[in-house]
Amino acid sequence: MTLETFLQNIANGISLGSLYALIAIGYTMVYGIIRLINFAHADLLMVASYAAFYGILVFALPWWVSFLLAIVITTILGISIEKIAYRPLRDAPRISALISAIGVSFLLENLGIVLLGARPKPFPRPEEVVWNIHLGGISFLSLAIIIPVITLVLLIAVNLIVNKTNVGIAMRAVSRDFETASLMAVDVNKVVVTTFAVGSGLAAVGGIMWSLQYPQIDPLMGVFPGLKCFIAAVMGGIGSVPGAMIGGFILGMGEVMLVGLMPELSGYRDAFAFVVLILILLFKPGGILGEHVVEKV
Amino acid sequence: MFGKKFLTLVAMVMLVAVALVGCGGGEEAKSNNAANNESDVIKIGVYEPLTGINAAGGEMTVEGIKLANKLYPDVLGKKVELVIVDNKSEKQEAANAVERLVNENVDVIIGSYGSSLSMAGGPVAKDAGVPVIGCSPTNPLVTKDNEYYFRVCFIDPFQGTVMAKYAVETLGAKTAAIVQDVQQDYSVGLSKYFVDAFKELTGDENAIVAQVNYNTGDKDFSAQLTEVKAKNPDVIFAPGNFLECGILVEKARELGIDVPILGGDTWEAEEFLNRVGGLKDIYFSTHFTAEEPVTELSSTFLTKFAEEYPDKQVNAFAALGFDSYLLALDAINRAGSTDHDAIRDALAETENFQGATGFITLDENGDANKTAIIKKVADGKFVYETKVEPK
Amino acid sequence: MDSRKGIKTALTIVTLLLAAAVIYFGDSHLSRFQIRILNLAAIFVILGLSLNLVVGFTGMFSLGHSGFMCVGAYTAAILTMSPESKELIYYMEPIVPVLKNIEWPVIPATVMGGVVAAIFGVLVGFPALRLRDDYLAIATLGFAEIIRIIVTNTISITNGALGLKNIPSEKSLWFYWGICILTILILKALINSSWGYAFKAIRDNEIAAEAMGVSVFKHKLLSFTIGAFFAGIAGAMMSFLITSIDPTMFRFLFTFQILLIVVLGGMGSLTGSVIAGVVVTIAMEWLRIVERPMHLFGMDVPGIPGMRMVIFALLLLIIILFYRQGLMGTREFNWDWVLDKLGVAKSKERGVS
Repeated sequence: MTLETFLQNIANGISLGSLYALIAIGYTMVYGIIRLINFAHADLLMVASYAAFYGILVFALPWWVSFLLAIVITTILGISIEKIAYRPLRDAPRISALISAIGVSFLLENLGIVLLGARPKPFPRPEEVVWNIHLGGISFLSLAIIIPVITLVLLIAVNLIVNKTNVGIAMRAVSRDFETASLMAVDVNKVVVTTFAVGSGLAAVGGIMWSLQYPQIDPLMGVFPGLKCFIAAVMGGIGSVPGAMIGGFILGMGEVMLVGLMPELSGYRDAFAFVVLILILLFKPGGILGEHVVEKV
Repeated sequence: MFGKKFLTLVAMVMLVAVALVGCGGGEEAKSNNAANNESDVIKIGVYEPLTGINAAGGEMTVEGIKLANKLYPDVLGKKVELVIVDNKSEKQEAANAVERLVNENVDVIIGSYGSSLSMAGGPVAKDAGVPVIGCSPTNPLVTKDNEYYFRVCFIDPFQGTVMAKYAVETLGAKTAAIVQDVQQDYSVGLSKYFVDAFKELTGDENAIVAQVNYNTGDKDFSAQLTEVKAKNPDVIFAPGNFLECGILVEKARELGIDVPILGGDTWEAEEFLNRVGGLKDIYFSTHFTAEEPVTELSSTFLTKFAEEYPDKQVNAFAALGFDSYLLALDAINRAGSTDHDAIRDALAETENFQGATGFITLDENGDANKTAIIKKVADGKFVYETKVEPK
Repeated sequence: MDSRKGIKTALTIVTLLLAAAVIYFGDSHLSRFQIRILNLAAIFVILGLSLNLVVGFTGMFSLGHSGFMCVGAYTAAILTMSPESKELIYYMEPIVPVLKNIEWPVIPATVMGGVVAAIFGVLVGFPALRLRDDYLAIATLGFAEIIRIIVTNTISITNGALGLKNIPSEKSLWFYWGICILTILILKALINSSWGYAFKAIRDNEIAAEAMGVSVFKHKLLSFTIGAFFAGIAGAMMSFLITSIDPTMFRFLFTFQILLIVVLGGMGSLTGSVIAGVVVTIAMEWLRIVERPMHLFGMDVPGIPGMRMVIFALLLLIIILFYRQGLMGTREFNWDWVLDKLGVAKSKERGVS
């Protein structure tokens, strides 16, 4: 591999990794509090992208207005999903909640197919946001800089919320133990709703950024990024916000480097993420930055 | 003693099931009878992917078929009724769909976009002895060992060779890189024929400097393309779904890869054009062009398509759907009856049939021997480049 | 003990004979389409039962079923295809010589499909079953995807994306429903054996089960492997039904469809899975009418492709939210219940197992 190719791969890894990181932060927030794989999180990416798409192309809104609206819509949807599909099952066996999550995801995807059409749509790229950058022999999109910046800003913001605000303290209490927290006069429902609001907002930002980077949207677009970013969150240590970011970067960089170093194995690329996931789960279930979880009886 | 209850249970469930299926079938038959009074109507079954990964291709094809049905609604003095079923881009659904069509006593079947779906539907039709006309499945295996399957499109060995020839003779390429979708039979099959032909034409065993893979649904191709860029090929051959390829080609140009990029007939879709419309040196093979109407029917098809679907681009899949329908009518006409075997025999004898996509002659496998068109992308449009006659 | 034992035995025998008659009659009188759907139903019943064993009876949330099906389907297909077909179909790379001349009959190949899938079950289960709940779910899902990706890339064994065709076809109801009834018998025996009680103990409370001396890991692995075995059998049957397979058939979304059967029927009820398997398969075909253009109240309603899946997703959600027990909960069908309803007198005991 020449130096130029290597640098190009680093740039590729950063653009992919920062996207994974951005979406993984939302995942880890929600999982950290309610300990449930929110399969529907992946589909929130799709909803946000379509909302932004229709905002720009059908209602001819300026791109930033559409993006903001998309975030609001997705947040509302996220909160509603929690209220309708997850809250009633909070005391039910974990499997029921998981199935409910799968059901919501399944429903959103198929509703998407029926209402929005199965054919993909081209996502508009505002010129103010997306342009090509050539540095010597390497080229990348402006997004390779914008997305890491957004990710960092959101990371800091989320960290502030979790560590410095009252809601954040309540969140941490709830994540430790629902019951005890509620005995300590923490309004569990409020905390969970806040978590979903923040998580869904993050999903919306992630979805829009994903669609800017890969501007072809369809109702099933969320499935793969959703899985990959969940894996990134697990790698980083589920519940740990900086961990999610690190996990995202490692996964993105790893996928790119696998293809770069061993192009003959490029067909196995998607297996890479799963292999890493399984290894992490088996040997360091807490992830890179996660705390060791002791199983409660 | 164990299990008795269960056997009983299964038996009961089966009874209920048989009753259910039976009723369902019964209703179906009744409604059919009510609608057509036995044979007032000629039924053409269509199984196409209307949802799932291949939805776009299925939709385009069905548009063509519906247009043809509108223009030519009768044969043998009877009205033609279309029975369209979705195969969800899934194999077991494709097999069920064909079985369902057989059950509804269709006279001929048309379908399906996607060779693997056609391969699932094929054996069912063969067993039932119902002839099928494939509109766009290009894998050679579709019609092999199946004397009831025909198609109006050319097949991958021809398509791959055409593109290799074009790359070497017209574009002057000495080396090539392959970017293929390992999950798509279409993509790996076409790549193989391209590679074989390319090596032979250049006389260089090492003419393929890079071969990288991706999976259906992938969005990030930067790593694969960086590898290709490092090997500096004269052309890139990247057959695959328009969905992935649109992003792939756009990304290649973003990475500063400016060599010609070649693909296959699946690229002819609005979704692909939306991504690559402003780019240069993108070529693909297809079945049909609006600029060089090959037959009188081509012009008819073009005008009528524009009237029927004013906001849509004319495409090869609609044209192939259109031709499949017309070939079906023609065969029924020549057979003079709706007897399945008579229609099959008529189809097998098809020679110089005039379709919108050209003159179609079916060979001993039931594959169409016809001209391939090469198009390129220019100024946001697909533009006719040249045509290649079959050997 | 049971005063109605005689009646029950008689009823069972009568129903059995009836079942045989139905299959016999069905094979010759039903249309090919109806037989195909019924055969597909048998496959889905087996899939539902085997996933239920893992999820419903042992409490392990596995999403890896599509991977085991894939293994079973490929094993059976490669074992039964004729050498000429292999020559024809493997045109990318020739098939490895060891496999080329094998041509087994359908039944042993089906069993072998199950066995190979079971071996994969052990290989996957050994590491994965140390995990629980959502981690187990995501890890098994990951394994299923890894299996599929390997199958896609090992062209000289599986023919990669091109898939296999010309697999011998098996159409009779006897084959599918015979295996299906056998599966039910075996699983029923298993559930009522000491292994079965151990499975249920683990599901209800793993730590308590361990404390009672149940070897948790061993039983989990056992249940998982048996589940994989039957998933492999179902996969093999699928390849004989469709006669052509490729790796994209076995995406993890397929597992969700099986999960729907398990949830609808009731997690922890074999009876439920049998009913739900049949109902879902038939409903899937029957619901095609919602995707077709219809005349409703004099209006033309255009067909909506994809509507079927929306209905299924809604169904899954509604069941899990409002009728978490599904059709049967953890109950099973038995004659006592029927006799009670019919008002036949009995000595005591009401049978709800």
